Amino acid sequence: MTDRALVVVRAGALTTVQDRGRPGYAHLGVPRSGALDPHAAALVNRLAGNPAAAAVLETTVDGCALRPRSTVTVAVGGAPCPVTVGGRPAAWGAPVVVPAGELLEVGTAVLGLRSYVAVSGGIAVEPVLGSRSRDLLSGLGPPPLADGVVLPLGAPAGPPARVDAAPQPGVPDELVLRVTLGPRDDWFTAGALRTLTTRAYRVSPAGNRIGLRTEGPALERARDGELPSEGMVLGAVQVPPDGRPVVFLADHPTTGGYPVIAVVRAADLPAAAQAVPGTPVRFVAAGRR
Amino acid sequence: MSGVTALPVGDDALLVEVASGVQAQALHAELLRRRAEGSLTVREIVPAARTVLLDGLADPARLASELAAADVPAAPPHARELVELRVRYDGPDLAEVAAHWGVSVGEAVRIHAGTEFTVAFCGFAPGFGYLTGLPARYGVPRRATPRTAVPAGAVALAGPYTGVYPRSSPGGWQLIGTTEAVLWDHTRVPAALLSPGTRVRFVPAGDE
Repeated sequence: MTDRALVVVRAGALTTVQDRGRPGYAHLGVPRSGALDPHAAALVNRLAGNPAAAAVLETTVDGCALRPRSTVTVAVGGAPCPVTVGGRPAAWGAPVVVPAGELLEVGTAVLGLRSYVAVSGGIAVEPVLGSRSRDLLSGLGPPPLADGVVLPLGAPAGPPARVDAAPQPGVPDELVLRVTLGPRDDWFTAGALRTLTTRAYRVSPAGNRIGLRTEGPALERARDGELPSEGMVLGAVQVPPDGRPVVFLADHPTTGGYPVIAVVRAADLPAAAQAVPGTPVRFVAAGRR
Repeated sequence: MSGVTALPVGDDALLVEVASGVQAQALHAELLRRRAEGSLTVREIVPAARTVLLDGLADPARLASELAAADVPAAPPHARELVELRVRYDGPDLAEVAAHWGVSVGEAVRIHAGTEFTVAFCGFAPGFGYLTGLPARYGVPRRATPRTAVPAGAVALAGPYTGVYPRSSPGGWQLIGTTEAVLWDHTRVPAALLSPGTRVRFVPAGDE
C-alpha cells in the first residue's frame, strides 16, 4: 500500500497551498486568492502531469524541504532556485522523480520571490468553497506550512511531461505595470496622474499576497473626504492616505474605501508577484483595449 | 435609469454608481435577475454603499451603454428571506450609543430591535454584512481607538450600518450586543448566513 503524503521537513518563511483560487464569492467578502503567479503554477502542474486545477505549493524567498512517503514526480518553477533530491542537484523547471523517503530541497530563490512546487497527484487538502488556496486576508484554506506537517496527495492524473526543460519568463530588473486610469482618477490632481505614470517607484518590503506596496512620490488628492466602500478588482492601484500606490494582488479585500486611481493589466501581475523589494517600478499609461 | 454612471475598471469590469444605497440595492437585485435569466454573463457582482461592481465582463462598454438606457426599479423587491437573530443587548458601548442618540438604553434597544434591516453589502471579512435600515439620525461614529479583539457574534454599529462580527477580529465599531448565531461556516451551504439583499431582524433574548 502506498502512502500518498508529503512530510514538511522545512516549511520556509511562508509556504502556502495554492490553486486557481475561489472566484465568485466576492459579494460575501471572500477574496479570490490563488497562486500569485498563475502561469508558473500552471506550468509546474503540466510538467508534473497534473491537471491545471491541482493545488501546488507557493514558497516565499527561501523555498522549503519536503519528504514524500511514496515515489512522486515533482516540478519546481516560478522563481529560479537550486533543487536537490537526496542532496544531489536536480533540475529546476523540469519533471524530477523523488523516490519514497528521499528529501526534496527547494532552495532560496536566486531571482524573484516565489517558487512553485507541483507534486504528482496535487496537494489534496480539503477544499474550502471549491478551492484549496490559503487566503492570507481572511484566513480561509489550509494554514501556511509548518515544520512536521503532513500533507495528503491526490492520485496522479497522468504521466509527467516528456521535456528536459520548459522555457519560463525571466525575472525583469524593472517592473513595468501597464495601467488604465480610473475608476477614481478624478479624486487626484492632474499632477498626481502625471507623477504616477512618469516618476520612478520601488517595490516596498511591506508587500504581501494582499498587495504590492510601493515607495516613491506621494500622489496628491484633488478632493478630501471618504469614498463610500466600493468593490475592488485584482490589479486595482489603491491610494491610501500616505499617497503611495498599492497594487492589489490575489488576497485583496473585496471592498474598500480608498480611491483606485488606475488598474494594472492582468497580464502584468505575475511579474509583480516576483518583484523583490527595491525593484524599480514604472506605471505606464495604456489605452483601454 | 437616470443618475446611473458606469465607470470602466481596467479592461473587463464596470463600477456602476447610483445616487443612494437604496438604488444600489435595487440595481443589485436587477443585475442578479438578469444573471439568473441568462442575459448577463459576469464572474462577480459586488454591491457596496453606492455602487455595484461587475467584474469579469466580455464587453463592458456595451453593458455600460445598455445600463445608461435601462429602466432599473426604484426600490428592491422585498422577496428575500427574513433572518431573525436572537441578541442579548449587553454590549459595552450600548450606553454610549443610547447617549449619542439622546435616548435611554431601553429605548435604544427598542429602536434597534424594532427596525427591519437589509444586508446592503458584505466585506471586511467573509460573512460580514453591512446592514441598513436605521434612520439617518441614528448614525454613530466609529470608536476613536479600535479594539484589538472583538468577539465573534458581537452586534455593532458604525456610521449608518449595523454589523455582526462573524469571528473574533480587531474592530472599531460600537458594540451593543451579542448573538450566538453562526454568521459564517464554510462547511455549511450556504456558508454565509447573511448575503446582500437578506432581510434581518434582531430579537432581544427573552422576547421570543
